[in-house]
Amino acid sequence: MEMSYSKSQLFALVFLRILIGWHFLYEGLLKLLNPLWTSEGYLMGSTGPLQRFFHWLGGSDLMGIIDVLNITALILIGLSLTLGFRTRTFSYVGIVLLVLYYLAYPPLPGLELSAPAEGSYFIVSKNLIEAVALFVLIKFPTSAFFGIDQFFAKRIKTT
Amino acid sequence: MDQENSKLSRRSVLKGLAGIPIVGGVLAGALVESGSNQKNKERILKALNIQASPPPPVGSMEGDPIKIGIIGFGGRGEHLCRAAGHATGDWLENAQPGAIKAFKEQENLNTKITAVCDLFTVRAKKAITLAEGVKRFDSYQKLLEKGDVDAVIIATADHWHAPISIAALDAGKHVYVEKPMTHNLAETYALRDAVKRNNRTVFAVGHQHRQTQSFLTAQDIIKKKILGHISLIQVNTNRNSDNGAWQYGIHSEASPATIDWDQFLGDAPKIPFNKEHFFRWRKWWAYGSGLSGDLMTHDYDRINCILNMGVPQYVSASGGIYTHRDGRNVPDVYQVNMEYPELQTGRNDEKTMGMTLVYSATLGNQHNRSTLLMGTEASMELGNSLTVYVDPASQQFKEMMQDNVVEGGESIYSYDPAGNNTDGITSATSKYFADKGLLWTYRDGKRVDSTFLHIKEWLSCIRNGGNPSCGIKEGFEEAITAHMAGLAYKIGRRMEWDPLKEEIIALPGENLDEILLANTDRIYHGAMANDLANSMKV
Repeated sequence: MEMSYSKSQLFALVFLRILIGWHFLYEGLLKLLNPLWTSEGYLMGSTGPLQRFFHWLGGSDLMGIIDVLNITALILIGLSLTLGFRTRTFSYVGIVLLVLYYLAYPPLPGLELSAPAEGSYFIVSKNLIEAVALFVLIKFPTSAFFGIDQFFAKRIKTT
Repeated sequence: MDQENSKLSRRSVLKGLAGIPIVGGVLAGALVESGSNQKNKERILKALNIQASPPPPVGSMEGDPIKIGIIGFGGRGEHLCRAAGHATGDWLENAQPGAIKAFKEQENLNTKITAVCDLFTVRAKKAITLAEGVKRFDSYQKLLEKGDVDAVIIATADHWHAPISIAALDAGKHVYVEKPMTHNLAETYALRDAVKRNNRTVFAVGHQHRQTQSFLTAQDIIKKKILGHISLIQVNTNRNSDNGAWQYGIHSEASPATIDWDQFLGDAPKIPFNKEHFFRWRKWWAYGSGLSGDLMTHDYDRINCILNMGVPQYVSASGGIYTHRDGRNVPDVYQVNMEYPELQTGRNDEKTMGMTLVYSATLGNQHNRSTLLMGTEASMELGNSLTVYVDPASQQFKEMMQDNVVEGGESIYSYDPAGNNTDGITSATSKYFADKGLLWTYRDGKRVDSTFLHIKEWLSCIRNGGNPSCGIKEGFEEAITAHMAGLAYKIGRRMEWDPLKEEIIALPGENLDEILLANTDRIYHGAMANDLANSMKV
């Protein structure tokens, strides 16, 4: 894909990419390093239209696999965005993950939150914003200029 | 040109790999954070050294099936039969799919329901569908005499618990009886005597909370004196629904033709047939015991299974009928203070001795108030999970607080059997996720019906010997405490227990059982009684 950015545009996009990567990576690593961590409580506390699905997941025998998948995905997305490697693919994975988190606790009016939120949200939450930010990064890729992908991909022009 | 190319490639290599140090930074941050968390957790867990007590032992269920007779087949009776492995056809058709699945996956306890006695024809007929060959008897006496049963489960109205238990024990049958164990004082002693003289039969009281895994862990926390001296415990009932206030449905087929009314009344005051009294018996002292026997007994026994503190020395109570003025005569708002002036739960010193157990209940609000044990060193919140909060003024944890390993007022230990987790520090979120209901407990991280475990323990004792976790000693303490609380409410006086004579101290001429069973909201003594008498003369 041929893209063209000014230097400041490129800086802004790379900065955004690395910050999101950092966030994913740190979340994944902390969970990996805590042997007692499990998303079971998170799933069992889900509210909203899809709560039955999440409660079923939380109570199912798949919990072990779900935890491993979640941690692996978080770390890989984090590494991908930070290092600039296959960012497009992993951004999509990141969006799926964030949308699942969003749907588990949708900030809809009238829903009782089962976990205290650190802010006030109406339909839009930080998970949703981060998911859209990943969508922006898919549409404005930077890894071919700043990241491992540049060894494999066509150069991006800067103007 | 060549030089420029190589310059470019060096720059591009740098740009290509610039993310690596960032990854390193994040990794280092994560390692430091989790390392210090881990170190703090390890230090806390090592200092506390809490071990979950093993669940009550259960042996093999092999051999001939144990033949059970069910006496009283209302909602609770049905549940107890399912716990023993038998559901009605009706339930299997109409219950939630999840509940049916759980029932079908339940371990086979190798029992057979062979006999039933219920005074309402519709229920008795329903019980016959539990299994092939279930025989119906129109009285418990006939069931005990002619039924092919090894054991009976008693889930009748309270005023029948003891008479049927005593008759069953004397007939050589094992007994599982619902709480409260008895309905008055005289039968509490009589039942204890019956258990003593029939030492081959196994007697259990239905306090299934004894099976709750978090309570077993709490026993170890108490044993290790982590809470210090516990001076105050609060336990609560909060309900705000018709069902919670015992306003059960009245069956459309209920009539003098379908209900054996005289047998239901037993020793209760003779009144004409009354459907409401039959289906909602918990609302009257004549058959039930209101909050004291129905719900306080559970909370009392939950604490007694952890502290083993027995009958309180003094009990005072207050309350009234404030939310359901519907003709009932048991209170719906009820506060009981149980005093243990000589109980010492901390380290032996002269300064700390004595504890109050406060039971606080309303049937007009369902705001959740947790069970809280408050000690000089820490507090413990107890539900299906368990959390210990360090007291800011604790001496035991002073050093850890100074080292910022723990913070005063914050949780230092949480145990959530659902995730099989033990954690040194809990986050606000996981604390929030804790505790949802007490119908279930956990074994090896798997959700199990605690009633099933309680029935299983009783059956295991029948087959393999041993004593149920809630036997006659525990049942006796539960019943006496409930009756003291009922009397304190009705008389309006602080009731006192004489531990040597093992009796509640009565004033000269006072018949405590008569007062306890009297079908009135309250009995006034002293100046008020005189006023009342005088006003009646006028």
